[in-house]
Amino acid sequence: MSNRNTGKKSATPCETCPSHNIGNLKKLGINMDDWDYVVALAGNPNTGKSTIFNAITGLHQHTGNWPGKTVTRAEGGFEYGGNRYKIVDLPGTYSLLSTSLDEEVARDFILFGQPDVTVIVTDATRLERNLNLVLQVLEITNRVVVALNLMDEARRHNLTVDERRLARDLGVPVVPTAARSGDGIPELLQAIHEVASGKVVGKPHRIQSEPPALKRAVAELATEIEKAFPGLPNARWVALRLLDGDQRIIEAVKRGELGDLSYGSTEQTNTIELSPEVVV
Amino acid sequence: MTAQPTSAQIDTILSTAERLRWEIGADFHDHLMEAIYTDAAKIADRAVSYPEKPPRFDLDRTIDRLVTSRLWGFPLMLGLLMVVFWLTISGANYPSQFLAWLLLDNGHPLLKTLAADINLPWWLSGLLIDGVYLSTAWVVSVMLPPMAIFFPLFTLLEDFGYLPRVAFNLDNVFKKVGAHGKQALSMSMGFGCNAAGVVATRIIDSPRERLIAIITNNFSLCNGRWPTQILVATIFIGGLVSAQWAGLISALAVVGVAVLGVFFSFAVSWGLSRTILKGEVSTFSLELPPYRPPRVWQTIYTSVIDRTLIVLWRAVVFAAPAGAVIWLISNITINHISIAEYLIGWMNPFGLLIGLNGIVLLAYIVAIPANEIVIPTILMLTTLVLGTGGAGRGVLFETQSLGDTATLLQAGGWTLLTAVNLMLFSLVHNPCSTTIYTIYKETGSLRWTTISALLPVVMGFALTFFVAQVWRLFL
Repeated sequence: MSNRNTGKKSATPCETCPSHNIGNLKKLGINMDDWDYVVALAGNPNTGKSTIFNAITGLHQHTGNWPGKTVTRAEGGFEYGGNRYKIVDLPGTYSLLSTSLDEEVARDFILFGQPDVTVIVTDATRLERNLNLVLQVLEITNRVVVALNLMDEARRHNLTVDERRLARDLGVPVVPTAARSGDGIPELLQAIHEVASGKVVGKPHRIQSEPPALKRAVAELATEIEKAFPGLPNARWVALRLLDGDQRIIEAVKRGELGDLSYGSTEQTNTIELSPEVVV
Repeated sequence: MTAQPTSAQIDTILSTAERLRWEIGADFHDHLMEAIYTDAAKIADRAVSYPEKPPRFDLDRTIDRLVTSRLWGFPLMLGLLMVVFWLTISGANYPSQFLAWLLLDNGHPLLKTLAADINLPWWLSGLLIDGVYLSTAWVVSVMLPPMAIFFPLFTLLEDFGYLPRVAFNLDNVFKKVGAHGKQALSMSMGFGCNAAGVVATRIIDSPRERLIAIITNNFSLCNGRWPTQILVATIFIGGLVSAQWAGLISALAVVGVAVLGVFFSFAVSWGLSRTILKGEVSTFSLELPPYRPPRVWQTIYTSVIDRTLIVLWRAVVFAAPAGAVIWLISNITINHISIAEYLIGWMNPFGLLIGLNGIVLLAYIVAIPANEIVIPTILMLTTLVLGTGGAGRGVLFETQSLGDTATLLQAGGWTLLTAVNLMLFSLVHNPCSTTIYTIYKETGSLRWTTISALLPVVMGFALTFFVAQVWRLFL
């Protein structure tokens, strides 16, 4: 719930990074004292989040082939393209509206932990069900990279996934990976880097299939919210939660703390947020 | 970052939300979920193309049909368990002997000579070398090999995707006893370590069912207790049959105890869900993930480094001070009788009543921090009481073959009953202090922590008492 990364952001945005640095992954293990960006690893249970986490950080977080293996949050670090990243491995969750303790850990971090990039790890062989979570996260933030994991298994089942099409439809980068063998990890890091540094700005898919009455209600409420909180990137999502009667969000609105839910994704707010910490 | 909204604006938002909520009706949540599903289906449909024809032979399906079948599911489960233990028991023998030879037969005299050379006072060399070093070395040589075999095998099964199938098979039984089907998963984790098993219960949503899973996790035989089971089974039960059958029969005995533990899990869950933890069984969906070929070398590496060495380190950390405690209570005397002998004398009548003895009970008290050191403590205390060995009071004797252990225990008055009851009591007694602490952290309640700690001890006393009485009546 706290601002995990304020005060730690680097003064040098990545546009000035020398391009030859890119591609040098340095696994930092648990050494992550100073980070420039926070990356959250979210996704349905048993899609390989911990395997990706291990591949990137060089740590040995336990993995297992059953849903629910990770029940607590694990943190690690890596350095890529001259930036230091803190990466948080979250327990798997099917939805952001869930109730059990392990899923709550994941939900709270995505909502209130303000990660700079949320990597949603999906199971390529069960894409449809995995997209439910992706669409919910996309309502909250556009700083998303979708890892289309378990591509090796998809191939084994003769499935083909058109990742370009998927990226176009979702409006965020999609990277096919097979984390167990390390395939696609360099591309994933590059995508994380591009979203974190703002080189790639997502235009996330918005839920479209709701009945017209509902659509109007959401639009009306979202307009009110935007008036009160200009620059809030996820007014639509806040409106959805308010209409659903989410006590936590109602409280946040009452205290005027809704700004804390914003991810500072617009350039405007980002610079304002950064300016006091410019040290060099 | 952004300008603070005025309270009028906030009021507008909340009142608009309130009004709209009435307008759109109560099924908003369902409509929203439906919309998300529809969008997801549309997008997935455009991106994924399926094979023209489904393959004629689907290996995953075939394996699933076999391992979750009504007829073969349970026998296969027991069979796999048997194979794992048989491999563990027969494979651990040689490395154990080698380590004992290295650390005990050669390492200990060497250290003693060194200590004498630098004129270490007798009590310090006794405390450090006879107490701390010997018990630590014993734990390493007895525990390392079986763990280094058992953990990788278990992790391979886990990686392969077998655990959810176990949960699937057991779900029905758990439902019948009023517990959550996912308890099968936390129970399986408990076979590695109860503290880990207790944390794993977080996957259970309902607090009632989660408490049941936490309280009964102790009935999963944890790695600290496997070596005790394996050693006692090898000496006393494997010793009943000829050499070529010994390995198989000992494995059978150990699996028997483990299965009994699962049975107690069910029985206690049943009891709890009908008395202090009454309630409805919640339904849930559990994915059966696809089988994934385990990455063998990586699994072996991580399970040896992460699991085996960490657990071993914990055992060593606890064994070292326990060794010191044993040495001290064996060497501090009142009226020429050591404290240990007093304690053993007091507890002996009760111990014998339940088919054990005072030494075993004292060992269990010393071993509350870690179950791993029960057997070394028993051996040290037995040596002390018998006054054999000549190496000094409370000193673990140095030749460590199984035959010598058997001779020593028999000299200490052990019978087959003592062995059987020790195996039972090792299964059913209080959790180790780490697990108790974890239970407290997870439940945040002293009451449930106390129940989790005391219930198994009381059950253990009742069980061993019952077995001892029946045994003495009929045998």
